[in-house]
Amino acid sequence: MRPFAYHRPSTVAEALEATGTSTDVMYLGGGTNLIDLMRLGVVSPGTLVDVTRAAPATVEETPGGGLRVGAGVRNGDLAAHPLVRRGYPMLAEAVLAGASGQLRNMATVGGNLLQRTRCAYFQDVSKPCNKRSPGTGCPARAGDHRNLAILGHSDSCVATHPSDMAVALAALGAQVHVEGPGGAHVVPMPGLHRLPGDEPDRDTVLAPGELITAVELPPPRPGGRSRFRKARDRASFSFAVVSVAAVLEVDGGVVRDCRIALGAVAHVPWRAEAAETALRGAPATEEEFGRAADAELAAARPLPLNRFKVALARNLLVRVLADLAEAR
Amino acid sequence: MKGDANTTYDDAAPAPITVDLQLSVNDQLYPVTVDTRETLLDTLRGRLDLTGAKKGCDHGQCGACTVLVDGRRVVSCLTLTVSVDDRTITTVEGLGSGGALHPLQKAFIDHDALQCGFCTPGQLCSAAGVLAEAAAGWPSLVTPRSPPGAGPEAAGCSHDPAAPPHDPAARALPDGPPEPVRLGEEEIRERMSGNLCRCGAYPGIVAAIAEVAR
Ligand SMILES: Cc1cc2nc3c(=O)[nH]c(=O)nc-3n(C[C@H](O)[C@H](O)[C@H](O)COP(=O)(O)OP(=O)(O)OC[C@H]3O[C@@H](n4cnc5c(N)ncnc54)[C@H](O)[C@@H]3O)c2cc1C
Ligand code: SF4
Ligand code: FES
Ligand code: FES
Repeated sequence: MRPFAYHRPSTVAEALEATGTSTDVMYLGGGTNLIDLMRLGVVSPGTLVDVTRAAPATVEETPGGGLRVGAGVRNGDLAAHPLVRRGYPMLAEAVLAGASGQLRNMATVGGNLLQRTRCAYFQDVSKPCNKRSPGTGCPARAGDHRNLAILGHSDSCVATHPSDMAVALAALGAQVHVEGPGGAHVVPMPGLHRLPGDEPDRDTVLAPGELITAVELPPPRPGGRSRFRKARDRASFSFAVVSVAAVLEVDGGVVRDCRIALGAVAHVPWRAEAAETALRGAPATEEEFGRAADAELAAARPLPLNRFKVALARNLLVRVLADLAEAR
Repeated sequence: MKGDANTTYDDAAPAPITVDLQLSVNDQLYPVTVDTRETLLDTLRGRLDLTGAKKGCDHGQCGACTVLVDGRRVVSCLTLTVSVDDRTITTVEGLGSGGALHPLQKAFIDHDALQCGFCTPGQLCSAAGVLAEAAAGWPSLVTPRSPPGAGPEAAGCSHDPAAPPHDPAARALPDGPPEPVRLGEEEIRERMSGNLCRCGAYPGIVAAIAEVAR
């Protein structure tokens, strides 16, 4: 591991100043992904700016009836927070479905959003990888891609984004608050992450030196019911093979509105807009849910070893919607 | 400075950057000079002679290195030592008090909750964290959707597919501190899933924790 300088500022302004626009400086949250990747040699910053004291670590109600979650809030605290459990139980579920109790106590909201892919080639510096070393190729395409993308991938990269929390935030339409050398701005989820295209080394739309300061949740939708479900290879402490986050509003047996996101199927938390469009105004029946899932997955381009994920995504989505509808 | 922390460094790389700090471990202050790259696990084992925490994977995947930082369980293999100089650290060596075993340690012995013992210090520290989290009312993925006293649809988790989904609009959790969560076998298994045991001593581990939680 390359030696690095360590700073621990206590304010956002100090953190931004310590970082500037340098790509040699990285923010450190809980370190559960970054320290691992540094040890593996995947990234080797010359300076770490620990933002666990600088980034806000509170959960506050906004004047509009939503919640503002500081980027420094630990995942465990987020899932246990009464306001989150009350108004956004799907988000609590997604967070609790991820990693382990120890890791959730360490991981921050900002770091969770910006964790890197679990693609095995990305993590192995003895292998080529366009995401880690642009232009070297993508061995996953012809190699092990069982758990990689079925939607939105490119010739240069078929990686998936591993965060469960981000899938719930995408379905909720959360706003990510960012501050950086160029000022402050807000990025609506799922717009934080980007598809790989020709630049798979860029996971997100953030510019160098930009810090996530908070995530803002819109007010809970009256009449909306929500759920996060995750299919994985073992019952606990395992990354998603496919996940679904959905908010459904049914009125008189008809879908009034819905917001759906799929996880572990793409380079981004995948907002299922085609399925949403197919569902709005449709009868809330399992048949229609299946039709909506098919509309979404018509765009799927599975790879030889992950064909099963298309059927898995369909079944999981139909199950989640049916459960949400039946509970009325 | 004694011992050699076993993080591997590239000799051709630029000179290490070191920091002088004080670590508070098991109610004792240790002045140490550490490389910024050093993890808490390597500092504990290599410099402080506290070899209870074990290095199973060094990637956050096994839980053998679990310690408590300010009373919360974390994996010390992904914790930088420089990042916890202002924290209070408890390792398995400090779990009991005044020479007496911690109730969890006693229960682990009573329930044969180990074979080789390699995972045990991590299991014990993790279990201590679980007891505190449950007492504070923290849910897990298998905690019923409607904890006692909560509104019909509030909170809870998605584990049971037959359970009714909840209503985001129903802000019905009572005010005040959340109720403690009762730790049955399913809760313990889910909450302890970050601690692997290659010997498969899980039944004893679950029974030991359940006994202390009662
Ligand atoms: C064994 C294991 C199992 C796991 N299982 C799951 C799982 O099932 N589901 C899941 O979703 N996740 C899982 N994870 C991943 C875990 O959730 C992430 O590692 C964690 O959320 C990252 O948060 P952190 O604060 O530790 O980030 P760090 O590791 O500190 O940082 C991650 C990245 O974010 C950047 N960063 C951190 N904070 C900010 C900020 N405020 N602004 C800008 N940049 C920032 C860092 O520079 C770095 O690039 C697992 C991890 C491990 C080790
Ligand atoms: S899928 Fe992406 S991350 Fe994985 S090897 Fe290919 S380029 Fe690298
Ligand atoms: S050694 Fe830390 S989790 Fe395995
Ligand atoms: S007792 Fe041997 S690994 Fe758990």
